[in-house]
Amino acid sequence: MQKTKGEVISVSESLVGVTNLQGPISNGEVAHISIEDDTRLKAEVIDVKSGGLAYLQVFEDTSWIKVGDAVIFDGQALSVRLGPGILGTVTDGLQNPLYELAKKEWFLERGMEVDPLDNTKEWSFSPMVKVGDVVSAGSVIGVVPEKIFQHKIFVPFSLNGKYTVKHIVPEGDYTIVQDIALLEDLKGSSISLQMAFEWPVKESMPFHKRSVPQEPLPTGIRILDALFPIARGGTACIPGPFGAGKTVLQHSLARHSLVDVVIIAACGERAGEAVEIFKDFPDLMDPRTGNSLMDRTYIVGNTSSMPVAAREASVYLAATVGEYFRKQGLDVLILADSTSRWAQALRETSGRKEEIPGPEAFPMYISTLISAFYDRAGLELLPENETGSLSIIGTVSPAGGNFDEPVTQATLLSTGAFWGLSRALSDARKYPAIDRIDSNSRYPSLLEQDEVEYLLELLRDGKTIASNLILMGEKGITDEAYIRYQKAELTDAVFLQQNSFHDVDGFTNPERLKEMCAAIRQIIDAPVHLEGKESIRSHFNFIRQAFIDWNTILPDDEAYDKQRSKIMNLVKQGLHATENV
Amino acid sequence: MLQKTFENIDSIGRAIMRIKARGVHNKELAEVIYPNGDKAFAQVIALEDDQVTMQLFSGGFGVATNCKVRFLGKPIQVGFSEDMLGRVYSGNGRPIDNGPDLTADMIRIAGPSINPVKRLIPKDMIRTGVPMIDVFNTLVRSQKIPIFAKAGEPYNRLLANIATQTDADVIIIGGVGLKYDEFHYFRERIEEAGSKHKTIMFIHTHRDPIVEGLMVPDLALAVGEKFALQGKNVFVLLSDMTQWSDYLRQVANAQDQIPANQGYPGDLYSQLAARYEKAADIDGAGSLTILGVTTMDDVTHPVPDNTGYITEGQFFMKDGFLELFGSLSRLKQQVNNRTRADHRSIMNAMARLLSEAEERVKAQKFGSVKDDYSLRLLEYRNTFQYELMDPFRYLELEDALDLCWVIMAKHFKKEEVGLSSALLDEYWPTTTNLTY
Repeated sequence: MQKTKGEVISVSESLVGVTNLQGPISNGEVAHISIEDDTRLKAEVIDVKSGGLAYLQVFEDTSWIKVGDAVIFDGQALSVRLGPGILGTVTDGLQNPLYELAKKEWFLERGMEVDPLDNTKEWSFSPMVKVGDVVSAGSVIGVVPEKIFQHKIFVPFSLNGKYTVKHIVPEGDYTIVQDIALLEDLKGSSISLQMAFEWPVKESMPFHKRSVPQEPLPTGIRILDALFPIARGGTACIPGPFGAGKTVLQHSLARHSLVDVVIIAACGERAGEAVEIFKDFPDLMDPRTGNSLMDRTYIVGNTSSMPVAAREASVYLAATVGEYFRKQGLDVLILADSTSRWAQALRETSGRKEEIPGPEAFPMYISTLISAFYDRAGLELLPENETGSLSIIGTVSPAGGNFDEPVTQATLLSTGAFWGLSRALSDARKYPAIDRIDSNSRYPSLLEQDEVEYLLELLRDGKTIASNLILMGEKGITDEAYIRYQKAELTDAVFLQQNSFHDVDGFTNPERLKEMCAAIRQIIDAPVHLEGKESIRSHFNFIRQAFIDWNTILPDDEAYDKQRSKIMNLVKQGLHATENV
Repeated sequence: MLQKTFENIDSIGRAIMRIKARGVHNKELAEVIYPNGDKAFAQVIALEDDQVTMQLFSGGFGVATNCKVRFLGKPIQVGFSEDMLGRVYSGNGRPIDNGPDLTADMIRIAGPSINPVKRLIPKDMIRTGVPMIDVFNTLVRSQKIPIFAKAGEPYNRLLANIATQTDADVIIIGGVGLKYDEFHYFRERIEEAGSKHKTIMFIHTHRDPIVEGLMVPDLALAVGEKFALQGKNVFVLLSDMTQWSDYLRQVANAQDQIPANQGYPGDLYSQLAARYEKAADIDGAGSLTILGVTTMDDVTHPVPDNTGYITEGQFFMKDGFLELFGSLSRLKQQVNNRTRADHRSIMNAMARLLSEAEERVKAQKFGSVKDDYSLRLLEYRNTFQYELMDPFRYLELEDALDLCWVIMAKHFKKEEVGLSSALLDEYWPTTTNLTY
């Protein structure tokens, strides 16, 4: 096929205008600009104007482009390569593996492109179809074992209609570029298949059958699992000012969430944070598989100093890979950090295109794009009674920490759980600094719903009494109210607060969560017959101390039950104190 | 290569000029030649057909319609050699210390970012002797961290202190929009501390054109990065990035860009990030640490706000003290588990108590604070401020940790501090005399 050519007419940062188009082009198509030193810069068509003018957003630094430089259009939308070999890798926003790029240069020099997946590695393929079988898009023609699971090899989702298997290779070792099957359609034209295929990143993969997220996705973070849960296939957003603990929360989610695959889209954020993950995870064990944590992780690193235009590609890349693993029947979690940087990239490009700006100069269509992105999450019912899920947790970095801005608002409309980070809580070192009052979730909790309500009511009461305390002082409120306040404070200190850097406290499984909650409930329900604020405070201080110690003991440790009894004995002391006097 | 000269100047603004020309590269360096033969630099920043938009390094004032422009066929570069140590340069790389010109190897500026896989996880604590930093917000090699402060706070003094009191191999000072006396102060401090032989200064003062100020971080970071690649531990000081952002705003405005927040261009975040992200601990080489200054009145202003999302924390300075709240070192967790067993816990406990005390400060204004515990919290707050928050008091980390325990024991009972029993047994002091 003849590729369409054109010439550069204008350059303004990442936006390049092209004229003299010799052939058809399509919006979203990939193009390459050839500059003087023969470097080829990858770009994407984002606008086609009258008079044969097209605008490209260039995924690389545009220095040294001249008016008149040659542009070649690829005839294909920006695509991701799907197949064995994705897990455990780190790529940039255009799926170039970073470790492979590092073999060429220390710096991310522009124009470098390498194969997204390893084309030389051999995988042990077992066929699942035989000659004469009729297959269609999404049919499984074989499997290869990969790290944590049996990787299904599909008939590419982009094929339409029914096909007959004309040839299938026997069990053996093959690379992802070798032909493994030959299909023939009804008209008799044939197509050969390999283990990897491509899918356009901006197009969401159709669901086989979609269902509603209901089952909780345990994250190991108590405040989330108990009060503001996310479900498998659900969505959550984490808005918050800088320094409120977004990063630590993300890392904790990436490490501990009970899912099969975690995809981290480091979009426009600090490089150091992605580095921590891909240098730490290989050495950490995933207790559920016994493998390295990296084996279940895929990282897209388009960090803040990398070309801005590729930020958009990076979140879509993550979503597409997530959908692919969902099709494999896995539970997948995407951590997108941060969708605000993606929105800002759109704002930059929109400004250069001189589009009429919406609020805070963001483009008018920003909310539509954000909603469509979160809609790629979901629970999928697959053939053979399998299910797969894709959950998305996105962070938002609102300017000035003010949630009343377009990106936060659009995200709130599109997600099912809202975990608002609060600077007041992080200043008070009450981590995770997720607002106890304003956060919410519409997914079911690991706890019973009435328990959740019970805790939330206590926390709301605690907050009200705390503000009265400030106004009126300890003498201004009753002992009864003060006890209620102390109970709320205690629940916050020993249950909602969690030290994510602690080996034991940092992760709470569902079983322990329920046990802790029962203990808390016992403390709250126990009447306290103490008089005077000083003795009430001291009573709860001792309980808090004992509970914090309990939080650091593993359940199979013999000290575990002993410490639990110690807490309950302390609780009883409040009960009998008046009799003792 | 024959360098063509062009004469058809279209328009001249404060920092931007447009001219008709062909065969010009985006980001190419050019020379503006005045009728009297004087020359000034300019850089191409946008192309549209035969219209070339250029950023004028010396500003638009005095540029005449009969000036000529020669495109130099190369991007902006800066010299790099060991001979630069001890020297002072302007924002366009010209010596301003009466020394010889830069004739060394030229290197590119504002190059691409380092491949993340070539970065190491930062792991070396930098001891500064400032308790609010070493104990509460530990500085780590390769960190990028600014001081947030109102204009007029002694941030430059702290910056110079940290740079000279630590073990940096090379110090690069990038001054943007400095007052002359600030420039003078840096020079004196570096000489007093005996650090001149390892320091390079790129200085833009208020009398210099703003485009030169815009260049300063790029020059400083390009040279710093090169030293780091040679295995050196480099400190780059950037003061003040709020002024730099302001210059960015002026230039964007001159180009008719649609402003995002408070007139700043929509790419302010990316522009700041491209500079701060140069900080790195490089696998198989040295490191680059960036200490910046971001002057501000309000932390939600676009410059400190965007900066906070980019940098690995910030030191918040107020009334000459380093504040605990508002300050943050994101990398401290990488190192403060390897200093002393009590470091993390005491740091958190002290902060939690101080936060409780802060609540009482508000309550005190209503006259409602009378109980013993609240009064002790308020006394604790005073001791904390007096003993720990002065950034110019030198204290080794271990002494500072001991001091924290003493302060805590002076005001609280063991069960009030929320620490594990094991730690209390080991560290709770028997005496509460503040002997430091």
